[in-house]
Amino acid sequence: MKKDKTVEKQVKEIVDRYGAEKSSLIAILQDMQGAFGYLPKDALIFLNEVVDVPLARIYEVATFYNAFSLTPRGKYLVEVCAGTACHVTGALTLMERLERDLEIRCGETTGDGMFTLEQVRCLGCCSLAPVMRIGGNIHAYLTQDEIPKILRNYRQ
Amino acid sequence: MAKFIIDGKKIEAENGATVLDAARENGIEIPTLCTHDEVGSAGACRLCVVEVKQGNRAKIVASCLYPAEDGIAVDTKSERVMAVRRLVLQLLLARCPGSGLIQDLAEQMGVKPEPRFTADTDKGKCILCRLCVRTCEQVVGVSAIGFSFRGADKTVGTPFHENSQVCIGCGACAYICPTGHIEMETTKTGDSRTIWGRTFKMATCKVCGRYFAPEDQLKYISRTAGVPLENLAVCISCR
Ligand code: SF4
Ligand code: FES
Repeated sequence: MKKDKTVEKQVKEIVDRYGAEKSSLIAILQDMQGAFGYLPKDALIFLNEVVDVPLARIYEVATFYNAFSLTPRGKYLVEVCAGTACHVTGALTLMERLERDLEIRCGETTGDGMFTLEQVRCLGCCSLAPVMRIGGNIHAYLTQDEIPKILRNYRQ
Repeated sequence: MAKFIIDGKKIEAENGATVLDAARENGIEIPTLCTHDEVGSAGACRLCVVEVKQGNRAKIVASCLYPAEDGIAVDTKSERVMAVRRLVLQLLLARCPGSGLIQDLAEQMGVKPEPRFTADTDKGKCILCRLCVRTCEQVVGVSAIGFSFRGADKTVGTPFHENSQVCIGCGACAYICPTGHIEMETTKTGDSRTIWGRTFKMATCKVCGRYFAPEDQLKYISRTAGVPLENLAVCISCR
């Protein structure tokens, strides 16, 4: 009960930042994603009460963009680039190794809430291929043998 | 007034009219799935493609959106148009193999399922034209349904695919859907109907006693139109 109160309070604060208008929806959702790490269902339902946008439309936007997630994300987002340069230099092997080491499939979150594994199109640094990004840090010229060590560093 | 040519015929159309409007006005048929007078066009189904020639440029466009312009020459049945239209239908057929309407259209145009387009099994009859969503928003004013996710995962439905709190059970979406994707079931006695997973109690007409509209819909009309609920207790045939 108490927890719900804070969710509502947080949503209200975010809405106040941008105004309760339809045109602010994406900015609001971005901040909510940042604050909660994902878009909790009750937060979206509450948002519908304070912003004049139908819940069906909010749900549309929330599910359309990859930047939003409806399920909790881990502390670190692991993004494996699948752009052309990374693809041809072995992004698939990286993904396989990560799936094996983290014991999750692409798109899932580890049981300890540390990592969420995702594939992205292009991180914009093709000359460093193959790359992955963990919690915003780029790891360049990767080979799969380096993965256990990198993950261990983040776990500490 | 825009003066132009469709299938070799000189035509005049009002400003703001689309090529499709002008064609229909002049008895030229163009197949469509996703345009409707009440909610307009969205260019989603692409069945209405035509070829527009302007000077020495020719392009394939959606006639339901393309404005009738002075001096263009439109072809609605050229070989190029028919090839595109058959491909569109081919893809629609692969997405919705179970839709009778699309099967009929395909047969009329001599389109047969092609092995290179693997038929979908999980899309139902929905072609993602958005007519139902636009109707719920613009005509009913409720916005109970929308699309979710995108690309191959895109589906139509209520938020979180759960019972909608705002749906009034009017059935406008099921009525407007060109392919019959949306299921609405009414009990034998007619005392309730189920749509989008939610069951609505039906109200009886004060005069003839027949079930005629969901209670929630009457409440909604009463609230938005400011009419007392009692005034809505009689069905259309008894009014
Ligand atoms: S359910 Fe019907 S009306 Fe709605 S988007 Fe799908 S095909 Fe179009
Ligand atoms: S009717 Fe024009 S795209 Fe569907």
